[in-house]
Amino acid sequence: MTKQNSIKKAFKAAFPYTIPIFAGFWFLGMTYGIYMNVSGFSFLYPMLMSITIFAGSMEFITVDLLLGSFNPVQAFLMTLMINARHLFYGISMLDKFRGTGLKKLYLIFGMCDESFSINYTAKIPPDVDRGWFMFFVTLLNHFYWFSGSTLGGIFGSLIHFNTEGLDFVMTAMFTVIFLEQWLKDRQHISALLGLGISLLCLWIFGADNFIIPSMAAMLMMLTLLRKPVEKREEGQR
Amino acid sequence: MTVTQQIITVAAVVLGTMLTRFLPFFLFPAGRETPRYIQYLGRALPPAVFGLLVVYCLKNVSILKGSHGIPELIAIAAVVALHLWKRQMLLSIAGGTVLYMVLVQTVF
Repeated sequence: MTKQNSIKKAFKAAFPYTIPIFAGFWFLGMTYGIYMNVSGFSFLYPMLMSITIFAGSMEFITVDLLLGSFNPVQAFLMTLMINARHLFYGISMLDKFRGTGLKKLYLIFGMCDESFSINYTAKIPPDVDRGWFMFFVTLLNHFYWFSGSTLGGIFGSLIHFNTEGLDFVMTAMFTVIFLEQWLKDRQHISALLGLGISLLCLWIFGADNFIIPSMAAMLMMLTLLRKPVEKREEGQR
Repeated sequence: MTVTQQIITVAAVVLGTMLTRFLPFFLFPAGRETPRYIQYLGRALPPAVFGLLVVYCLKNVSILKGSHGIPELIAIAAVVALHLWKRQMLLSIAGGTVLYMVLVQTVF
């Protein structure tokens, strides 16, 4: 197969996986663009920020940061806290990104929740180039977010149709990904810990502060339970 | 804020985000063998993280106020049922989302 054909094939394999993200990112991206628009920023802001930051929830928060007083150190530390979960994504992708050449830099740069979830769980056919597949998943997602945010920034105030509840597309997608992983896994300790700990921490610490404690608790529990988890990983399906 | 200050603020956010994404790859470069414990975490963390992401999406749902999280519960049950039945990712996601939109726009 020529290189061009193999790239085309990877694109065709990657595209269907990104369709739900297209719906979700256009909706959320437009919401974000509109939010910037009504906060008094030109469409250039959502356009440039969606390309450079490419981390949805953080971009909404950055709008507030831009409206507040100048404090880049606080902005930096806040970003570390909110995006700390990416550390877990990196640890999980160390192997999968191996041998992808220069594309690896972009794969890491664009590793948002959605790109990570798809690239980690997708069943990539053996005759499709893995590196290019993951590259296109990331690129398409990035493009959806960028175009949605920019359009929201430009036309946002003109859109009138009832989209209430459309944001559920992201919840539905992560539910499916959680379920797919569950069906594939031999051990379900991690999955149950993930749900249980997150719910518990959400209840204790509230919606704005539960991620870091959840991560710390997951790390601790998975370290303590390493033996039984590894035993089940090797066991019969 | 001046435009320069705005650029610096956005740059700080970009830097923070990139640090969280690149750090594991700097700490455990491809050329050297990754410690066994980190390899274990790489396998064991994703199922837990997917659970966290589902909860993260639902973090603003209140079971005490409004519709008490009932539309969310129904729609998630529909997603799970559809997916176990047909195992078609797009169908499960679209079905659950449409159902949720109908629920919050007309019923609740």
